[in-house]
Amino acid sequence: MSHIDFGRRYIRIKKPFKWRIDIRSLVVTSILFVITMVIGALALMMGSLDVSGQDVLSALTGKATGMTKTIVVEWRLPRVVAAIIFGAGLAVSGAIFQSITRNPLGSPDIIGFSSGSYTGALLVMLGTGPVSYLGVAAGALAGGFITAILIYLFAFRQGTQGFRLIIVGIAISTILGSFNNMLLIKNEAEVALTAASWGIGSLNGIGWKHIIPAMIFVVLLLFCAWVMTRPLREMELGYDVSKSHGVRIERSQIILILIAVALIAAPTAVMGPVSFVALAAPQIVLRFAKTAESLIPSAAMGALLLLAADVLAQQIVPDIILPVGVITLSIGGLYLVWLLYHQARSAF
Amino acid sequence: MNTKITAIPMNELEPSPDFSPDSKLWTENITIKYGNNRVISQNLSVKIPNKSFTVIVGPNACGKSTLLRALSKLITPSAGHVLLDGKDIMKYKSKEVARKLGFLPQSSTAPNGITVANLIAHGRYPYQTLVSQWTSEDEAAVLSAMEVTNTSELSDRFVDELSGGQRQRVWIAMVLAQQTPILLLDEPTTYLDIAHQIELLELFKNLNAQGNTMVAVLHDLNHAARYANHMIAMKEGQIVAQGNPSDIVTEQLVEKVFGMKCTIIDDPISHTPLVVPLGK
Repeated sequence: MSHIDFGRRYIRIKKPFKWRIDIRSLVVTSILFVITMVIGALALMMGSLDVSGQDVLSALTGKATGMTKTIVVEWRLPRVVAAIIFGAGLAVSGAIFQSITRNPLGSPDIIGFSSGSYTGALLVMLGTGPVSYLGVAAGALAGGFITAILIYLFAFRQGTQGFRLIIVGIAISTILGSFNNMLLIKNEAEVALTAASWGIGSLNGIGWKHIIPAMIFVVLLLFCAWVMTRPLREMELGYDVSKSHGVRIERSQIILILIAVALIAAPTAVMGPVSFVALAAPQIVLRFAKTAESLIPSAAMGALLLLAADVLAQQIVPDIILPVGVITLSIGGLYLVWLLYHQARSAF
Repeated sequence: MNTKITAIPMNELEPSPDFSPDSKLWTENITIKYGNNRVISQNLSVKIPNKSFTVIVGPNACGKSTLLRALSKLITPSAGHVLLDGKDIMKYKSKEVARKLGFLPQSSTAPNGITVANLIAHGRYPYQTLVSQWTSEDEAAVLSAMEVTNTSELSDRFVDELSGGQRQRVWIAMVLAQQTPILLLDEPTTYLDIAHQIELLELFKNLNAQGNTMVAVLHDLNHAARYANHMIAMKEGQIVAQGNPSDIVTEQLVEKVFGMKCTIIDDPISHTPLVVPLGK
């Protein structure tokens, strides 16, 4: 039997699963993974106190004790792991929303889920006074989901319309943004300052106990997203075709939106809103992989972006550790300008 | 039109629609509404003869596309039933329906940067699961769909860069890869030039001769009369006439359905009715 020329090369797997794996995506993912590991290793070594590679290795394998162990395993490792997992979560959230809206601008940080999470977190911080971590996380999650429901109610009429979702999302995002500012201004300076710094998005001072629940949650969600990839890609063929192929569109769409909102809300609950990873990662990886069949390359790119941005945030100004949100905001802002420019050019 | 589709000499393929009552797809008194109020069809009962090439004709907005969408479970009738293999189509699982009937909408957009073979492979979705995403059967179905539609040479091209005629053949290949005994096509020839229209209609005729039940909404009455072996003429959501085109296409019917005066002559090639408008 002759073979199909897909115009791309695939590895065909027959056991235990019958899969067709795009070689280019696999290569891109592997390269991203290796770079992420290298940067991760560097992140464990660098800091106010430099640790040698050998010491890092012995700390990770449990051989080191004392200060080295504390620095590497208790201080730096959770930060690196959080950046990798949360970065992957943000990117996959962005990839899902961009696929549903069929627009590279349709990412959760643009459509207002981040602002919504921030509002939720702010209300908790300013309402309860002494900030409890769990309370803030719950507030951020609730804020994200309530925003999602609001946008869904306003934007969805007889199925999704990508552009409508984006416009409504930007509007709600703007309203929430001013509401957030009002909350900050109306409150005592001290509380407002803490809240505002949370609003930039930062991994500073993050330890295992902060991130373990959110990390488990995000990993589970990433698995769910992987399971839902096929209906997601099928829906890109439009309502009629995907439905006639047997996709239960309404159901799949709601499940995917829930996954994507949770994927942005959970990391936001821990580190505050970190923008542009969700927007940029899926689009950047598309330029290398030349296909978006799988969400895995996007996840790898998100992990790398957030980790690299966090390392940069720690190193760029001597003796000052910037919040990672500042870095992603600056780089992402440039990317957004570029994206808008290209969209405008192709539109006219 | 020289196409590679005609692997078997045409004259040996006398389409033999099965007009016995065991149709595999029919509707029983369905009412279809658009939105909440506007009724498009009421009490509509239609039978698609098994293994026929059925063409639905009628003026714009007569409900023919809507009927096709109801037949393919894309819309739910507010009353009545659509029956597929004798069972209410709403009681099937979505993928089960997709393994029994294929549907091609009037216009579709392919995802950016998708290659022809990858688009056609999407037709295999109803057969795939998370653990079984690409099997030898999938590969064989895509290869045969490309061969039948003459798209094998296009397989590695991007769908975006194809001509209208090529693109439509690719979409049809996608539906064929679904390997369903019934194919429903909504105005498959509308945006094509005459040569590509005929090329596609010949393809449909061959597919019908190979045992597929074909149902298509067509605008061109003469094409319908020439290629269909069963015709359903609709107006304002109701069926005005149905049967073999040679029997039902008359001057009276055309005037009744389209409100246009015409004369009917014999098509010198196919000896089917040829509608010639009289004009004012």
